Amino acid sequence: MFDDSSIIVGLEIGTSKVCAVVGERNADGSLNVIGLGQARSRGVRKGEIVDTTQAEEDVRNAIVEAEQMADVEIRNVYLGVTGAHIRGFNNRGVHPVVSADREISEDDVQDVVKNAKAINLPTENNVVHAIRQHFFVDGQDGVTNPVGMLGSRLEVDVHVVHGRTNRLQNAIRLVKGLQLEVDEIVFNGLASSLALLSNEQKELGALVIDIGGGTTDYVVYTNGVIRHTGVLAIGGDHVSNDLAYGLKVPLSRAEKLKLEFGSALVDEETKGQTITITNELGLPLKTVNVEHLRRIMSLRLEEIFQLVGQDLEQAGLFNYLRAGIFLCGGCARVPQIAPLAEQVLQMPVSLGQTNSVSGLKSALDQPEFVTAIGLVKFGSFKTRKREGKPSLAQGIKGALSSLLRRS
Amino acid sequence: MKTKVQASAAFLEPAKAPAVKIFGVGSAGVAMLDTLNGGDFAGAGFVAINTDASSLAASSAAIKIQLETKLLRGLGTGGDPERGRAIAEEQFATLKTACDGADVVFVVAGLGGGAGSGISSVLARAAKEAGALVLAFVTLPFACEGNRRQQQAQQGLDQLKSVADGVICLPCQKTFKLIDENTSVLDTFRITDGLLVESVCGIWRLLTRKGLIRIHFDDLCALLRDRHSESVFACVEATGPARAREVVEKLVAHPLLDEGRALAESSAVLVSLMGGKELAMAEVNRVMEQIGRQCEHAQIIMGAAVDETLKNRLSVTVIAAKQGPVPMELPPLAASGDSVEQVTPRGIMARPGSRCGSSAPSLTSEQREQILAKNAGTRARKTGPKMRQAQLPLAIISKGRFDKSEPTIHKGEDLDIPTYVRRGVALN
Repeated sequence: MFDDSSIIVGLEIGTSKVCAVVGERNADGSLNVIGLGQARSRGVRKGEIVDTTQAEEDVRNAIVEAEQMADVEIRNVYLGVTGAHIRGFNNRGVHPVVSADREISEDDVQDVVKNAKAINLPTENNVVHAIRQHFFVDGQDGVTNPVGMLGSRLEVDVHVVHGRTNRLQNAIRLVKGLQLEVDEIVFNGLASSLALLSNEQKELGALVIDIGGGTTDYVVYTNGVIRHTGVLAIGGDHVSNDLAYGLKVPLSRAEKLKLEFGSALVDEETKGQTITITNELGLPLKTVNVEHLRRIMSLRLEEIFQLVGQDLEQAGLFNYLRAGIFLCGGCARVPQIAPLAEQVLQMPVSLGQTNSVSGLKSALDQPEFVTAIGLVKFGSFKTRKREGKPSLAQGIKGALSSLLRRS
Repeated sequence: MKTKVQASAAFLEPAKAPAVKIFGVGSAGVAMLDTLNGGDFAGAGFVAINTDASSLAASSAAIKIQLETKLLRGLGTGGDPERGRAIAEEQFATLKTACDGADVVFVVAGLGGGAGSGISSVLARAAKEAGALVLAFVTLPFACEGNRRQQQAQQGLDQLKSVADGVICLPCQKTFKLIDENTSVLDTFRITDGLLVESVCGIWRLLTRKGLIRIHFDDLCALLRDRHSESVFACVEATGPARAREVVEKLVAHPLLDEGRALAESSAVLVSLMGGKELAMAEVNRVMEQIGRQCEHAQIIMGAAVDETLKNRLSVTVIAAKQGPVPMELPPLAASGDSVEQVTPRGIMARPGSRCGSSAPSLTSEQREQILAKNAGTRARKTGPKMRQAQLPLAIISKGRFDKSEPTIHKGEDLDIPTYVRRGVALN
């Protein structure tokens, strides 16, 4: 389908915005972002579609904008998914090598991966990704490619990301309703991590936290492979809602205050400072205490980091994050968020930079577009693989073909 | 009862047994009395009281008292408890004489109508004055019978509680769990009557059968007194070698006990085990251990008795009493004034939740902190009246735009509620 063109589109239907990024793959394999379309999202809550009609309209607008900017016709997209129903866990598959010479063949590798993917999931759940981690040959750890090695017993660890079939279908159906083909669905956290992390960082061990409008998705890499994924259904929406509640202002006003005066830390000098909210005629309506505003924000963001931290602690991964923590998503724009995260997680935290992608500067620098760019990157890995070249994402198996066909 | 009943011999010689009189009040009460009359209540006197002559005529009770004045013109109370009350007050002397000579008086009535709700509390008072202990067994009407009846029933129940030594109350609504789509109205009433009768029988047996471990009537009254916002009752039986285990399983699955939840929430539980001659101590122990595990917070009173007619059956009777209502799970009528009385002194505002969410911040910061501190301490989902009360104020907090979306619950905490509220951080 992509034979005649090298256009890859990533579509993220987010809680605060719908965003489509058009990427072009050059002959040398490098990626170039040539178009970007976005629309304010109205039909999504906590990462999941709650109003199909509005969401459909928003998606259409974003796609049209991206088409105009890139001057291409979009037919296929890589769709980002998230939501509280998405979970990740590690699983191991075993396969005995039966060939006479004990040499591990490509077939053996495929069999063992298949075994690892045979997971006992609830019937209403579907696998989004089954990502290969490391092979074990006769118990020997850390084998990345066992083909050609000798051994009698081949094992593999996979990281499985799964979610509720129906909820995943909702997004797919919506996109299909717009006469677009969904190439594959991708977990947003995974997409973000692809856009942000270099191979070296993945090897060292890194945590990517994508704090979006409705959800916080996080992914942990150690030794070059994905170890852990998670979704918290909390995001910027919650910050705004807290502000609206705490400062007793309408939600739209809270949103504005957050953008204008928000900060993740409460400074000494803000103590006692107030902002006067005026109506459209310029008459003062209300005064808001800046300290309160920041306190409310700070507590909410702090809690997000604490929850992520607790989860990682439980998974026992804290000591493996030698490259540190990377933030992206709309909430990464909140001033002082990195210092706050450092305080909570006791680790170097930086704002993620999309690397290894060239193109529109305006798109590449924004933390909220990271996921969509990651989707394009995911797509480029996929197409590269289809062309038979070895790639980084070789292990990333989309287990969704059946899901995509059904809707 | 106060004359120390000698267990078995006393029962054979009616002279020494406690004189028990069972009063059926109102049409429902009289009907239940008839069912009781068929049972083995040797030595008990049956008295039917009603304002309606026709219902009395059909009754098989030994003594029938028709309360009648010109006021009613032979038409009964017309569903007005005040009239029932008035007429009972008028005939107070008659009621008192009827109670004469009884040590224990059981009052059986269906609350909600005129006679049952009006007369039973007066009767209870008359019996008290005649020197008897009073235990009332009442049903509350079905929800579909309408608000008015519910209110009347609640009023009647409150009045009864203030005079009787113990009230066992069965909201008919609960029997919905026992019936299916096709159960006729007649059968449904038979089932509710049956349940109440079962409880009368259970207590009767408890008090009269040969006891290995005796339960005294005083124990029973002490258990029910002040606690009877709702007492639930269950009686189960099992046979066979694994009967001890089976009986507990049945008990936990009993619909009237809300699948065992009632046990967990109750503050006092009375357990009576009844078996044939071979009732083993080990069995008693096993059953009690299991029940004890179900209701960790409750004071448990247990009794074991031998009834030879039971042969190889093991019968367990449980009466669980709750201290004060639990706001969410009680039927609305039972959430009476108690809840407010209990809650307000602790500084929790028991006012209706406001949609716009402006009501919460008007709590003073001190109060809020108090509430939240309490909540933080008992955040574990363990049941217990204290924790439930602490949850009350959280209902006031509006979740704003997340009101209708699926809540984000993390370890029992609703993350949609602003963090600063949950943590009790005071602004200002």
